[in-house]
Amino acid sequence: MSDGMSVAATATHVEHVGHEKLGFVRTYIFSTDHKMIGRQFLFLGLFMMILGGLMALMIRWELAWPETQVPGTRWIPEPFMTDGYMNPAFYNQLFTMHATIMIFFVVMPILVGCFGNFLIPLMIGTRDMAFPFLNMLSFWVGAVSGVVMLAGFFVPGGHAAGGWTSYAPLTAVTQYTGVNWGQNIWCISLILLGISSLMGSINYITTIVNMRAPGMTFFRLPLVIWSLFIVAILLLLALPVLTSALAMLLLDRMAGTSFFLPAGGGEPLLWQHLFWFFGHPEVYVLVLPAMGVTSDVLSTFARKPIFGYRAMAFSMIAIAFLSWVVWGHHMFISGMNPLLGSAFMMSTMVIAVPSAIKTFNWLGTLWGGSIRFTVPMLFALAFVNNFVIGGLSGIFMAATPVDIFIHDTYYIVAHFHYVVAGIVFALFAAVYYWFPKMFGRQMNQTIGQIHFWLTFMFFNGAFFPMHILGVGGHMRRIYNPLQYEFLQSLQPINVFITVSAFLLGLSQIFFVINFFWSLFAGKAAERNPWQANTLEWAAPSPPPHGNWGETLPVVHGGPYEYSPPGIPEDYLPQNQPRQPHLLAAH
Amino acid sequence: MMSWLPENVSTYGKDIDRLFYLIYYITGATFLLVAVAMVAFLILYRHREGRRARYTHGNTTLEIIWTIVPAVILVVLSFMSQATWGNIKSRMPPADVHVQVTAKQFNWEVTYPGPDGKLGTEDDLEMENEVHVPVDKVVLVHLKSKDVIHSFFLPNFRLKQDAVPGREIQAWFQATKPGRYELPCAELCGFGHSGMRGWVHVHPADEYDKWVKEHWPSA
Repeated sequence: MSDGMSVAATATHVEHVGHEKLGFVRTYIFSTDHKMIGRQFLFLGLFMMILGGLMALMIRWELAWPETQVPGTRWIPEPFMTDGYMNPAFYNQLFTMHATIMIFFVVMPILVGCFGNFLIPLMIGTRDMAFPFLNMLSFWVGAVSGVVMLAGFFVPGGHAAGGWTSYAPLTAVTQYTGVNWGQNIWCISLILLGISSLMGSINYITTIVNMRAPGMTFFRLPLVIWSLFIVAILLLLALPVLTSALAMLLLDRMAGTSFFLPAGGGEPLLWQHLFWFFGHPEVYVLVLPAMGVTSDVLSTFARKPIFGYRAMAFSMIAIAFLSWVVWGHHMFISGMNPLLGSAFMMSTMVIAVPSAIKTFNWLGTLWGGSIRFTVPMLFALAFVNNFVIGGLSGIFMAATPVDIFIHDTYYIVAHFHYVVAGIVFALFAAVYYWFPKMFGRQMNQTIGQIHFWLTFMFFNGAFFPMHILGVGGHMRRIYNPLQYEFLQSLQPINVFITVSAFLLGLSQIFFVINFFWSLFAGKAAERNPWQANTLEWAAPSPPPHGNWGETLPVVHGGPYEYSPPGIPEDYLPQNQPRQPHLLAAH
Repeated sequence: MMSWLPENVSTYGKDIDRLFYLIYYITGATFLLVAVAMVAFLILYRHREGRRARYTHGNTTLEIIWTIVPAVILVVLSFMSQATWGNIKSRMPPADVHVQVTAKQFNWEVTYPGPDGKLGTEDDLEMENEVHVPVDKVVLVHLKSKDVIHSFFLPNFRLKQDAVPGREIQAWFQATKPGRYELPCAELCGFGHSGMRGWVHVHPADEYDKWVKEHWPSA
């Protein structure tokens, strides 16, 4: 069946190779080309990243210098700000939207939406996604969802202010937050995003299962494709749970039901169970593609095969399975049965094992390599470093008694920023690495190096001290730490974090300049500038509509054959026929 | 990093702190190991002309070792955590003093049962944001909420428990040192979440008796 599908897909595409002159609208706006849709997701994500970042800076200003005028914000009207002084309700909206935007409109659109779309057909050797029209629909529903989300700031009562976790009953009854349509819009936008991502995941799964090039077996897939395949399955199964929970919340708010309201016989903890049953797989939806990107980049620039390819693939599969049985570790102090706490602690400790395997295998990949410190390599190495810190700090929270103390403190804020904001390092690695393929030009490596070192330094300056705040008991989501006696002595740390965060924000100017300058005036990129093995580098930069010209590539070997013996080059592209003696060795 | 922990003044707090230190040392050592190995590899195996990377796809023995070692450490940690968790959650000691705390936006309503020791009777006494308890006694907190979820957080007692509307949740502590300790709300509960806090006053035995006499002169 798989052969039949790919032949059919090939046939239809070959027909319009050559006479595919489409108008502006069909090329740049309502495009069904996976590469253009990938670029659209990238621009959506980068634009949202600026918004989410600015919100973070306003939050940080408030925490360092509570109840002072926030510079440059006097234009923001009541009820958000009063003459530049932030109102507590707006503070709650800001951290709610910072998280919502960064998770749903930055990391997901860029890593899953952009790189999923751009890389899957190119790396498995096909001409486009299985359902190009559905793919276009997926982006546009996602974009509409983003517009709906931003519209929430312009309705009376302001935007959702119950945190991105949106715990009921706080979010289920208007009078508890004073937010009316903001919360409804938040729900509606995420339901739309769920539909967008459902269409995307069906497309990814179908494409990877049915449309791999001849010779591209599952165990010849690059690990980034493995990660996107697993992520698509997680999204397919997890998002309907979120969508159902959001629908229930909307009904509680608008139709008088009581799913989460105890007065009508409902159960507040039900929301947490549903939300985290989606929410924990979601965390792995964000981190698995980052792991995949890192594996590919590390192997390419260490000029060495990935260490333990199968262990890397199987540990991602193990993480995916286990991610369904760890959600309760978000609820150790929620009042659920302590025996459940014990069970979820065990499963959480177990999920740390495949993560450890991945880390050690990355180290094994570096061992004995011939390492090139290119910009994508630096970002991938930094991702490993951040992931190690974020993974290890997770063990504190997994231990139920320790979690009693650090739950809902800055310790958890530090932890998930090392993981999720750490993912942004993999995201930058991916942008620097695939930019030449995506836009046909190289990004400037010197500015890239400056961008990396500043980002790495100020990232750690901004997030590492949060561990100390958390150990000191500093609660998260508070508007003014100086209201508490026991937090007074920690305030200099808050100031240090804020200064680092502003410098981290400023450092991104280097990226923005480099990105747009290279887009129009960067050095033209050759077909395979990094001398990498995977199939996308066999296509022109940027690849034309249909990717491969007349014939599809044929795959002869694995994706990580770097420095193989018997040939002068230190790489052996997947589509290059093998010498007989190498076939025997492999 | 441990010196940043607030002073501990509860009986089980020291068990929690001990686990915290243990995990801190294990994770700290692991981080150092990984970071040193990574930096060493980056220096040793940097690109130099004429040297080719080692062509290897892995090492099964090594991979089995670094699967089993973390697994064993994590399982041992789970069992150690379980012992403490059980002591705090499942094997509560018999209570000497009962207090009912009802959270609402944005206050802690504290109800004392009075001399009859029963909540919901005539001699109950209500206070806002003030918890008075004797030192060295087991205090059982009956935690409720009137509106949204709040979280009863006593940093110095290593105690945190959500208050969930629609149910009563029990939490306990035994203070080891008299004093005045802050009681913030740790779960986002609305625009007044920041600043929602009360105080726990831990009294020495004689002072506590005096406080009881003051509020229930008949007893």
